[in-house]
Amino acid sequence: MSANTQPGIDHQGAHPLDDLIRTDRIPHIWCPGCGTGTAFSSCLTAIKATGIPYNQFTMVSGIGCSGRAAGYIKIDSFHTTHGRAIPFASGIKMARPDLNVIVFSGDGDLFAIGGNHFIHAARRNMDMTVICVNNLIYGMTGGQVAATTPSKAKTTTTPFGNPDAPFNLPLMAYAAGASYVARWTILHVRDLTNAINEALLKKGFSFIEVLAPCPVNYGRRNKQKSLDTLRLYREKTIIRNGADPARADIDFGRGVILGTFIDRDRDTCDELYDATCRRNED
Amino acid sequence: MKPAVRTGNHYITGDVACAEGAIAAGCRFFGAYPITPATEVAEHMAERLPDVGGTFIQMEDEIAAMASILGAAWTGVKTMTATSGPGFSLMMENLGLGVCTETPCVIVNVQRTGPSTGLPTQTGQGDMMQARWGSHGDYELIAIAPSSPQDCFYHTILAFNLSEKYRVPVLVMADEIVGHMSEKVVIPDAREITLVSRPRPKGRKDRFRLYQPGPDGVAPMPAIGEGYNVHVTGLTHDERGYPVMTPEAQEEMMTRLKGKIRNNLDDIIRTEEYRMEDADIVIVSYGISVRTGLTAVDEARRLGYKVGLFRLITVWPFPEERIHAIAARVKGLITVEINLGQVHYEVERCAHGQAATYLVGDAGGKIIHPDKVVSLIQEVFQP
Repeated sequence: MSANTQPGIDHQGAHPLDDLIRTDRIPHIWCPGCGTGTAFSSCLTAIKATGIPYNQFTMVSGIGCSGRAAGYIKIDSFHTTHGRAIPFASGIKMARPDLNVIVFSGDGDLFAIGGNHFIHAARRNMDMTVICVNNLIYGMTGGQVAATTPSKAKTTTTPFGNPDAPFNLPLMAYAAGASYVARWTILHVRDLTNAINEALLKKGFSFIEVLAPCPVNYGRRNKQKSLDTLRLYREKTIIRNGADPARADIDFGRGVILGTFIDRDRDTCDELYDATCRRNED
Repeated sequence: MKPAVRTGNHYITGDVACAEGAIAAGCRFFGAYPITPATEVAEHMAERLPDVGGTFIQMEDEIAAMASILGAAWTGVKTMTATSGPGFSLMMENLGLGVCTETPCVIVNVQRTGPSTGLPTQTGQGDMMQARWGSHGDYELIAIAPSSPQDCFYHTILAFNLSEKYRVPVLVMADEIVGHMSEKVVIPDAREITLVSRPRPKGRKDRFRLYQPGPDGVAPMPAIGEGYNVHVTGLTHDERGYPVMTPEAQEEMMTRLKGKIRNNLDDIIRTEEYRMEDADIVIVSYGISVRTGLTAVDEARRLGYKVGLFRLITVWPFPEERIHAIAARVKGLITVEINLGQVHYEVERCAHGQAATYLVGDAGGKIIHPDKVVSLIQEVFQP
């Protein structure tokens, strides 16, 4: 066990997830009220619940607040370049198909700069679990408009309101070919943890969108305090497993659908490569 | 599985020879994206890799191709991609990640003419400074320039060996002519090919430090899943691999990254000399332009000039001391390259005013005719 970094706090066996955390890197960088830590601990709990040895997992992150997750998990982990976590992870998966590959990153990273990689990995059914912490904003750079920012929302680069429409992430994942698509919020910790667990055990490209507050850089400019966001998550969400992802637009006025949208089976990229390209010499 | 080394005499292109060299070197993962004139490297790897237990994947762009070979390299395999101008530009960011995370891999750039889309089907050597400095920040890497399909075979093996030994991305800077021309390529018996693999960690896993260098300045590299629980980041990091956001950590990391190359120049740098013994005029060249230089030497010698050729096999790191020493004993240095002055300025820098320096360059699209070099010699020197 590593040394304490916070005086007065005994880290010795203090938390059941300590065996999956680089405790010598704590405290983390996430702000008070941020949802990333909750999504991260759900992910760790889900890993633990699989019963699979930790060294058969690897985590890859891109750049941004959520991208720092790879630096806190105590397994082989990679903090790569902005938007490129998925192709980096695809290289790992195709070279070592027996590994369980997790991509943990944010909405800006995965769906703006990295959007092309996302749809292609889903199309190929690359056997990995992609967890997107969606806080509707570029948090680390100080609150710029993202591909997920709601229309009219104020950000530092949309001071008059966002003129553009956001992506519907579950619909994009489904349309591109993902095997498993779910959305939860950080308020729905048990559902989220179970979904990540299902996704880790699911063969194929699994995608989980996690709605998470960014009170500092999104809430502040849109008259939404941390607890206001959580209240929306409680009161303005509808749990509907099997819902049509086309109806998954994020509109808290109308209600936001949560649950497992897609759970389907098809051959994975590495299986298809073996079956198609490795010719039997007999 | 089919044999990895296709021992025998072949008549193949440089692109195919690169692919065969890679497979002979032990490359078992190729991340591809098609681009003229490098596509044939990918096509050949697509056909060959599955039969030798390797994996080929054509990614969605060159950014992804480069990212994929870095990820795959951390599983313990030797990895490669191949591209040309525009694709090389797209690979620059993740090339920097490869340097920063000390990830061995090989990138073949079959150069064409730029800027931008340029002359996609025609030769050029205009990416030499991009090879050196194209990714942001300060760093060292290794670049090798083959002059023939036979070179493509051996130089790709050399690229893998240096990449593995020094844990650094190595660039094979070919060009359209070398890539597309067919010549005799002799592939030796597998036992005659020396292969190098990355240093591997020993000792207690809980005490392992990811970037603690060995005696040659290079740290041992574990593979994913071996239980070392490594954290790999493109942020400035300490020996544990952990991000540390201080100028002191930056200096320590840069000292290691640059030092492992700068302190091993004698082992890394490869050059060749032709008729240099009594030469007082020296042509400096690399890649396809070496063939211009060889003919120009013979022709100028026939006219009574004492001309020799100094060939850069490794262009980066640059053989600064050798050029400096040559400049001290000759009248002139003539750099021949298919651009309007890139390596020429390095030669000028290293000559340091001891000898006159000249460029015989070309805007791109064709090999430089030896007459152009001989004319310059006749113009500025006395026999």
